[in-house]
Amino acid sequence: MLAGIQTKSIVRRTLGKLALTLFAAATAFAAPAKAEDLTLWSWRQEDKAAYAKFIAAFRKQHPDINVKFEAFEAANYNTVLSTALAGGTGPDIVQVRAYGTLGVGKPDYLVPLDKAMIPEFANFPDSAIAAETMRADGKLYAVPFASQTMLIIYNKELFEKAGVTPPNTWDELVSVSKTLKEKGINPFGNGTATAWQNETIVGALLSSQIGKQFEQDVLAGKADFTDARFVGALTKLNEIKDYFAPNFSGVDYAASQQLFAAGRAAMFAGGSFEIANFLRQNPKLKLGLFASPVAKAGDPRLVALYYDGGYAINAASKNKDAALKFLRFLGTPEFGTAFSNDLQNISPIKGVAFENPLLKEVAALNQSAMSYIMLVNFRYQEPTGSVLLQSGVQKMLAGKATPAEVGAEITKGIATYYAPFKK
Amino acid sequence: MQTDYRNRERRRRAAWIAFLILPPLAIMLTFVVWPLLSALSAAFYRWDGMAQGEFIGLKNFADVLFGEHFAVLTWRAFRHNLFVFFALFVVQNSVGFLLAWFIYREPFGFRFHRVAIFMPVILSTVLVGFLWKLFLDPNFGLINQFLDMAGLGNLRQPWLGQETTALPALVLANAWHWVGFPALVYLAGIQRIPREILEAAKLDGCNGWQMLTRVVWPLVTPSTTITLTLLFIGAFNWFELPYIMAGLDGSPYGSTDVLGLYFYRTAFGNQSAGLQDFGHGNALAVLMFMFIAAVATVITQYLRKREIAL
Repeated sequence: MLAGIQTKSIVRRTLGKLALTLFAAATAFAAPAKAEDLTLWSWRQEDKAAYAKFIAAFRKQHPDINVKFEAFEAANYNTVLSTALAGGTGPDIVQVRAYGTLGVGKPDYLVPLDKAMIPEFANFPDSAIAAETMRADGKLYAVPFASQTMLIIYNKELFEKAGVTPPNTWDELVSVSKTLKEKGINPFGNGTATAWQNETIVGALLSSQIGKQFEQDVLAGKADFTDARFVGALTKLNEIKDYFAPNFSGVDYAASQQLFAAGRAAMFAGGSFEIANFLRQNPKLKLGLFASPVAKAGDPRLVALYYDGGYAINAASKNKDAALKFLRFLGTPEFGTAFSNDLQNISPIKGVAFENPLLKEVAALNQSAMSYIMLVNFRYQEPTGSVLLQSGVQKMLAGKATPAEVGAEITKGIATYYAPFKK
Repeated sequence: MQTDYRNRERRRRAAWIAFLILPPLAIMLTFVVWPLLSALSAAFYRWDGMAQGEFIGLKNFADVLFGEHFAVLTWRAFRHNLFVFFALFVVQNSVGFLLAWFIYREPFGFRFHRVAIFMPVILSTVLVGFLWKLFLDPNFGLINQFLDMAGLGNLRQPWLGQETTALPALVLANAWHWVGFPALVYLAGIQRIPREILEAAKLDGCNGWQMLTRVVWPLVTPSTTITLTLLFIGAFNWFELPYIMAGLDGSPYGSTDVLGLYFYRTAFGNQSAGLQDFGHGNALAVLMFMFIAAVATVITQYLRKREIAL
């Protein structure tokens, strides 16, 4: 009898708990999401803590809007995102890539933006705005967040030891490299075994020689990659390959980074994203930066620039007004400053105050930039300009192709889809 | 009464069989058959990255086999796979056979060797790939240092950086990783040969080489059927090792590009250079699957016939 009562009461208690849980779950599902709850999707899992700070700063101005940051693995992000968008779901605010289709496939998934909706677009350079414009319809869809710069990073101590200073012209670069090599220092840490490194090498070393005018002519259909400006620059690159890492054709990306970070090479032709990398591997490094050397003194010095991506609004979002408020915040110099200093990245927003002197230097170099030509202009159809340039330069530096052949091969590949190159 | 019992028994039996068969069948349908069919259907559509477009029939297949940009890459990758298959047959299966014969004769320390030969097989490909990438590093890799020590410094090469040596270097790394598997299969095969046959051959005056080529090799044909078929499938599905050691582009400039890399790059896009193109990627996957299935069937049928003939 006693046992019976006990069992009963246990059953009742358990059932009671179960009902409570069910009720809680039901209300959670049934309650309409608060109008001011926004979700933000990103492929930058490592930035979670920084975004918590940014969102807290935003909430000081808009206490009624809450933003939830959700990050996915970078490699799967595009798949996860395009699947969600195609199904009419997904977050309110989407971190999208730059150029082409912004990584989402079709324009219909996002809300087109303009300066009337987001006056903060005035804070961005034209190249940043162009990066978040979709190729299919020429409309602007996102507030840009970071730029990457191709330049040359050098080891100040090794330069001092060899008694050389950063070169201005190509000839000076050659003589600096020669001096370094004579003093037993590897001039460049770069290797070519990893395909994409060949594209960064071209952007970092040759932009000043290729020039903005060449890019404009290519886009206007007035020049192709057999042009003397492009082939001539490749010829110059071919002439200094002996100053790369020993046996550079077999040196991959990781090994070339190690050479430079360990202080065993004086220069590294690469992206601004390497700076944080190098300093993490070897905090004692004293780094300096310079833009690609010019053919002759007086020519404009250029770095190659591209944008990583931006923040867009999901067309299926139910909270577009709140999302717009958040996007406006993401275009302010306060956000740009916090973004740059917390994430050690370069925000393209005008008026950002950089704490890190190297980032400040990169931002200054960005004032005279051309685009990272293949990624920006020819990565929307196969064979992409990047694929062609990477394998072409890899082949040229291995001594298996001439600069003219590389130029012709790139032109032929792009001509399969780019009308001005079809003859 | 009797039939009633039988019926009940039969029903119980049927239920029991269904219980055993249905779950694995469901798993096979969901995770094997359905993905295969959906890949097949996806190959007939145009894709903008991950977004499905309209039905275009066999165009994706025609593109990858004969299209201006794709065909060159497809056939180049195919030739590389053929090379890999034949090269691995020599340096992996044949060496595996010789090792099996060596161990079968139980030389001093054969127990140790039997374990040592099989050991790399249980290592993960990622590990083997990184290890060999380090060994083959042109500046501080073990191989070049070893050449220096042996006084052969002029044979130093940037192994993975040049067209002529990159693919053979990958084949070698793969053979090191997998040689234990054919060795084990052949060892089992040799051990199944009745001792009397080998003794009779010896009495008839067979020398070691004749014994190996005229007696043992024909008698282990069933083992060859297994290892050759698996090698063929492995060689044409080759992906992990070249991906780790040469990258998605088959560096340098496509000289290590094989169908697996090419398919992956086409379908899922290379973050640092290319685009996602599900249509052409799926067409490639379907073609690869059909080719491998067809040839593997032919190889098996042919070798099985030979087994019977012997």
